[in-house]
Amino acid sequence: MSSTTVDAHSHDHAEGGSAWRFISTYVFSRDHKIIAVQFLFSALLWFVVGGLLALGIRWQLAWPWQGMPVIGPMLFSAEGGQISPEFYTTLFTMHATVMIFFVIIPFLGGAFGNFLIPLMIGAEDMAFPTLNMLSYWFMWPAFLLIGASFLSVPYGAGGGWTSYPPLSVITEAAPASGLPQTLWLFGVTCVGISSMLGSVNYMTTIIQMRAPGMTMFRLPLTIWAMFITAILQAFALPVLTAAGFMQVLDRLIGTGFFVPEALAANNSLAASGGGQPLLWQHLFWFYSHPAVYIMLLPAMGMASEIIACFARKPIFGYKPMVYSISGIAGLGFIVWGHHMFVSGMNPILGMTFMVATMMIALPSAIKVFNWLGTIWGGKLYFTTPMLFCLGFLSMFIIGGLSGIFMAATPTDIFIHDTYFIVAHFHYVLFGGTTLVVMGAIYFWFPKMFGRMMNEPLGKVHFLLTFIFLNGTFYPMHLVGAVGFPRRLADPYDYETFAHLLPLNQFMSICAIGMVATQILFAFNFFYSMFWGPRVGRNPWRANGLEWTAPSPPGHGNFDFQPIVYRGPYEYSSPEVDEDFYPQTQPPPKGREESGDTGDHH
Amino acid sequence: MGRFWSLLFLTVPILGVLTFVCAIGNIWPLNGGTLAFPADQWLPDDVSENGGVIDNLFMFILYLTGVIFIGTSIALFLFMWKFDAEKNAEPVKFTHGSHTLEIVWSILPAAALLFIAIYQMNAWVDAKMKRPTEMIGRSEVPKRPLVEVTGRQFEWRLRYAGADGQIGTPDDLHAVNDLHIPVNQEVVITLKSQDVLHSFFLPNLRVKQDAVPGMKQFVWFQANEVGAFDIVCAELCGWGHYKMRGRLTVESQEDFDKWFAEQMSEQERTEFTPSSGDDDE
Ligand SMILES: [Cu+2]
Ligand SMILES: [Cu+2]
Repeated sequence: MSSTTVDAHSHDHAEGGSAWRFISTYVFSRDHKIIAVQFLFSALLWFVVGGLLALGIRWQLAWPWQGMPVIGPMLFSAEGGQISPEFYTTLFTMHATVMIFFVIIPFLGGAFGNFLIPLMIGAEDMAFPTLNMLSYWFMWPAFLLIGASFLSVPYGAGGGWTSYPPLSVITEAAPASGLPQTLWLFGVTCVGISSMLGSVNYMTTIIQMRAPGMTMFRLPLTIWAMFITAILQAFALPVLTAAGFMQVLDRLIGTGFFVPEALAANNSLAASGGGQPLLWQHLFWFYSHPAVYIMLLPAMGMASEIIACFARKPIFGYKPMVYSISGIAGLGFIVWGHHMFVSGMNPILGMTFMVATMMIALPSAIKVFNWLGTIWGGKLYFTTPMLFCLGFLSMFIIGGLSGIFMAATPTDIFIHDTYFIVAHFHYVLFGGTTLVVMGAIYFWFPKMFGRMMNEPLGKVHFLLTFIFLNGTFYPMHLVGAVGFPRRLADPYDYETFAHLLPLNQFMSICAIGMVATQILFAFNFFYSMFWGPRVGRNPWRANGLEWTAPSPPGHGNFDFQPIVYRGPYEYSSPEVDEDFYPQTQPPPKGREESGDTGDHH
Repeated sequence: MGRFWSLLFLTVPILGVLTFVCAIGNIWPLNGGTLAFPADQWLPDDVSENGGVIDNLFMFILYLTGVIFIGTSIALFLFMWKFDAEKNAEPVKFTHGSHTLEIVWSILPAAALLFIAIYQMNAWVDAKMKRPTEMIGRSEVPKRPLVEVTGRQFEWRLRYAGADGQIGTPDDLHAVNDLHIPVNQEVVITLKSQDVLHSFFLPNLRVKQDAVPGMKQFVWFQANEVGAFDIVCAELCGWGHYKMRGRLTVESQEDFDKWFAEQMSEQERTEFTPSSGDDDE
């Protein structure tokens, strides 16, 4: 198969002939790259939705009960353009749901996991292409169910993305959340099925389909991260799925798993009983704490790729990096209780969860030090992907350290459920993961579409995003330290929080700026897809296997059988004159094959 | 451009240092649109016996993480500045890592984190596990609650023990959202919920505890200053969550007794008969 036929193959929308052929190639495709692009596009689309929902929240916090200009009258003409308190609960519930389940997880596992795993390990495709296709198409029922839940009249699900019972179970407690809450639960279950299909596939592919010479310790850190993430998902997700069904049963037939006796909401006695609201919290966080790492580890892997490439230097401490990914995953299963320190859970249990939670900060710290070690002594090229990844590093330091405040049980008594925690997870998930995702799009875009994105525009995008993100999220630490609670539609009636309005207005203005900045990104993305300059196979002079395939790769990915001689980070190796040393390049004659990346010199 | 980007990243530790200055000097940014010195709003006023411990732990973690934050962020800036490919003529230091460094930067943070965890434990035990005691006769028993607080959408229902010192008897005093306690005394409350989760949050006393339906919990605190303070609901409880607002009045024992007597006679005069069915004690 020559590269020209490969290229032609993936470009012939029009020449495909019958409509059926178009559908099987681009809609119900079993090719991992097409599926990746499908995930990418839907995640980008939902990213817009999630961002607008966030602006709704920010509007209410900055200008409470004031009519939203332009959009307000269209959405809530009855209330004169105001956000009602019921709709406010729907807003933050849906913002989190969309960002977690439809944006970050699909970006990482769906788009980049799918695209990179076969290419980086030298495989033709995933082990189970049909399962892979299904994992995308199971997202659609989720889109429809959550979308229906959001658009339900009069209000969508409003129990928070954590969906704590009894509020989420007893319809009397939240009159508006009858059907929408049930739809929401089914929607999240569909996302779970999708992730599960993906993770089975990723594990099998990484174990079974590596190219000759690709030993486990020659895998790119991205693949290690995806592998560990898949394991995390496979073990944690069933618990959430079970808990979700239990909640559905509680709602529909009154099983009462999560509902105690003699509960009187809204002046009517609830029928069911015999359950425990804390049970849900245990089950929910048993999945949702590992989910934090599902939303972070792949980003950490991709950041390692990009940082090493633009520092032109091997990753510092490859094996410690692998061990810390594994350490995070292992510890990740025994820290869920840190979400429940003030929930009424046994305080002794709280202490053990505190110790475990403190310890999970360690592998993250090791990773930060190793990234710093990587850029030390290198030659740094400040390309757009590199800037986003350095931005990630800088922001992740803040997000990682601020977690320690919540991990410490006595301190958490005060800051639990305040904006301090909101600041913390936005630094991790936006400052951390989302910045890497953006960097990764700039980095692998040429491989996906065969064209470059515009660099100067990308840098402006980074600059503004970086400034606005700190403007939006940094002050949240400050208001959190005052005790400003999250999920409150109007906190300014409280004497303690009344003076926080100006700072909240500042944050909201920055948030508007941040969302507006993304227009640059959208423009750059779509413009470059059609009119960006064409590139060859390896525009960044990188080492990974994906860069030896054509851009974009056709069916079957490689037009030769890749054979791997070394790890992926041998930049500036003294063995060759170039400052990069692709994994497939045979060693110069008369030299031993270079060892695994992990061997320290 | 490398210089520009390095300087951009330098603003991050500068922001960190500014945060410290504000935290130590108790300066609050944007107070009514202007910087106010000293605004006294960084961590709200603490009027409690045990809150100081929590504040100190908060500041302790702030200093410790702050030093690491500023150190690593400045290192990031320096490396960006120094190893910028446009300016750096030196060859790349081709290395795969260092065992010594890995061990150092594993053990040091591990020790620090373990220390933080252990250092916190006493405060946690005091706040959540060591319920105050009182002497009844010659035996030391857990202190009886002064008032039972029941969260319900969207108010705090209060029930004070009457003359018999027992909650759940006909001489109880009933109130809504208006919690009075005597100053300089350990107060125990019973925390319950009637419908969904709520969280009983006293920002000025550094107290927070979720109210869970089906569970009866005890919460204790001691206020050392008289005044009126917010009671906040800190756990989403439905659309009216934001207005589930109570008031805590801390007053001298005499004022408290006076208030109690007034409320009691008011209650008797209006013949407010509490529903006796919801009693489980
Ligand atoms: Cu967690
Ligand atoms: Cu509430």
